[in-house]
Amino acid sequence: MDRNEFLKHYHAYQRGHISRRTFLQVTGLGTAAAVIAACAPSATTSPAPSEAPSAAPTTGAASEAPSASAGIDPLADWTPPQGVSLGDTLELTTWPNYHDPKTLDRFTELTGVKINVTVFGSNEEMLAKLQAGGTGWDVLVPTNYTFETYGKLKLLEPLDLAKIPRFDASRYEARFLMPAHYPAGSPDLYGINKDWGTTGYVINTKHVTKPMTSWKDFWDLARTDYSGKVTIHDYQLTAIGNALKYFGYSFNSVDPKELADAEKLLLDVKPHLFAITSDYQPPMRNEDAWIAMAWTGDAVQLNRDIPEIHYVIGKEGGEIWSDFFAVVANAPHREAAYAFLDYMATPKVAAKDAEFHGYPVVDSAAIELLPDSMKSNPIVYPPADQLAPLEFGAAVTLTDPNRAELWARVKSA
Amino acid sequence: MTPPSLATASTSPTGQKTAGGWRIRLATALMLAPMSAWYFFLLVVPLGILLVFSVGERAPEGGYQPGLTLENYVNLSTRATAFGNTLWMAAAGTVLCILVGYPLAYYLATRAGTKKTVLLILVIVPFWTSFLIRTYAWLTILGNTGIPALLEAGGLGRVVLLNTPFAVLLGIVYNYLPLMVFPLFVSLERLDKRLLEASKDLGAGRWATFRQVTLPLTLPGLLSGAILVFIPIMGEYLIPALLGGGKVFFVGNALFDMYLQSRNWPFGSAAAIGLILVVLVAVSFYLWFGSRGRVERQVSLL
Repeated sequence: MDRNEFLKHYHAYQRGHISRRTFLQVTGLGTAAAVIAACAPSATTSPAPSEAPSAAPTTGAASEAPSASAGIDPLADWTPPQGVSLGDTLELTTWPNYHDPKTLDRFTELTGVKINVTVFGSNEEMLAKLQAGGTGWDVLVPTNYTFETYGKLKLLEPLDLAKIPRFDASRYEARFLMPAHYPAGSPDLYGINKDWGTTGYVINTKHVTKPMTSWKDFWDLARTDYSGKVTIHDYQLTAIGNALKYFGYSFNSVDPKELADAEKLLLDVKPHLFAITSDYQPPMRNEDAWIAMAWTGDAVQLNRDIPEIHYVIGKEGGEIWSDFFAVVANAPHREAAYAFLDYMATPKVAAKDAEFHGYPVVDSAAIELLPDSMKSNPIVYPPADQLAPLEFGAAVTLTDPNRAELWARVKSA
Repeated sequence: MTPPSLATASTSPTGQKTAGGWRIRLATALMLAPMSAWYFFLLVVPLGILLVFSVGERAPEGGYQPGLTLENYVNLSTRATAFGNTLWMAAAGTVLCILVGYPLAYYLATRAGTKKTVLLILVIVPFWTSFLIRTYAWLTILGNTGIPALLEAGGLGRVVLLNTPFAVLLGIVYNYLPLMVFPLFVSLERLDKRLLEASKDLGAGRWATFRQVTLPLTLPGLLSGAILVFIPIMGEYLIPALLGGGKVFFVGNALFDMYLQSRNWPFGSAAAIGLILVVLVAVSFYLWFGSRGRVERQVSLL
């Protein structure tokens, strides 16, 4: 077989026109791989010894059939599913600075599916667009507290886990994976974790010389010393939640009296803010703002480029959250969506992606693959005592009309 | 004045319809049909939907739930700041556009000579770039590394320009200036220069000529430009969102929040109807103001 013929078969395999078995048979690679596997010492302990002898006599294709997740080596590279037509586009709706472009390009390289990314700054906007309908989205990246609403409104579909063989629930911490089960406790899973993180604030220590460790410091100094240099999220959950923390109330409170206190604080601070925006990296990089309410990954990215920028988790508490990959109900490119979820569930891919976006990943196999600099970075993996007072967002904040109206009122004031 | 032939086509002097009359009416109806359908389905029906939504209620997860309540209109008072902001900034923006656009149009119409076409094209060229990119460029210019840095280097102290009403007004004038310049330019070009000569011959100074001859004669152009600028500014969303940073709030931004953040469609619809009413009132005022002195000047316009 010469080079051109080999490439012809390779491309046919890539496009899904021939199956892997046929490809390996025709090119003779299957037999070659089987022989090598039988002869060479095994690199990993688990699946290899059982694979090698069975592969030797017949075609090598049979040994790698991805039928059950237990049979797939978590450290292997991802390969596209065979015999499935993936189409040529995928609509991904996600958050800013959340994906390494190289990760997405690699997916396009392996499958020929082009990924169109739409970015939003809050779950409310994503929900509003999905409620209005006709979005054409395939993959969504929702936060943990939204699953109850999405499930009730049937805007996401319960995942067909057979199509995501590289996802192994045993590698995911229960407290992060649990919110994606709807109704709570049922086996229906609506999302697989992408990452988790915290909400705190970043300070540019070149200009911020006062020590800041709590939300009280944040809201007080915003009105006094650092007036005009502070930004907060354009997002009711964190803006109202962290204002509630100033008074020591719960992050998820919907109590009218507590909300009234938070509203007063927000209205008081608003003239002192530089901006109300969830896209705070440009002002921080420009030094238009010195303090910004921020998420973990943005803090990592900023700290990586400008070491004087530090991340602070408020002493009183705040939010710990987890984001998921989910498949939108009636997605136009359903197969591509599942292929993408399978791709992102591969530990190697997730770890490489994490090196770019800086958010801590949930998959324990992926955590193993992270560089030490990330594993020991206190922004990415804060110490347990800092994480203890943090709360997960509650579903009620998404639907409570008072919280939503409060935020709209604060912004129009 | 309609030419005599058309005027008598459908009615004879005694008022009875002539034979060709219904054909003309049919032809007219057919020609108007596409436009009427367009207006009906894309203007009247959506407005109707808005009205129905505005008296409804917010569904528990957000969205619309059928109902009949005037609560949304009553609650509009909480957005008074946004309405007030929009009104004064739209008016200020229009006035600024006039102040900047009139001299430019005057120069182009009277003094530019051979360079006129080139300069006119230069006024249009920025419109060939996307609106978003043009406004985004101001973020860098007005941000910390732009003009404020220059001012600080020049010893004038640290000034915050971004996310202020100043920044939003700047964005408005920058984006809407061509819309003001063109009607003014057309109006100034059509001005009969002999009237200006006559005024000078009769002893009026340059300023008096401008005030009593040029300005009144170009008032139609001025009003068209003003309306072309005022109405879109009332509905602006992008400029206050980008250059206002959430601190300068227009009705457009409030609507966006109501639909996409609070997901309170009935309230948003009520605000939209409110905005339409406000704009109608403002424009009626403009038109009344403009037509006040129109009757006496009718002759000279021809």
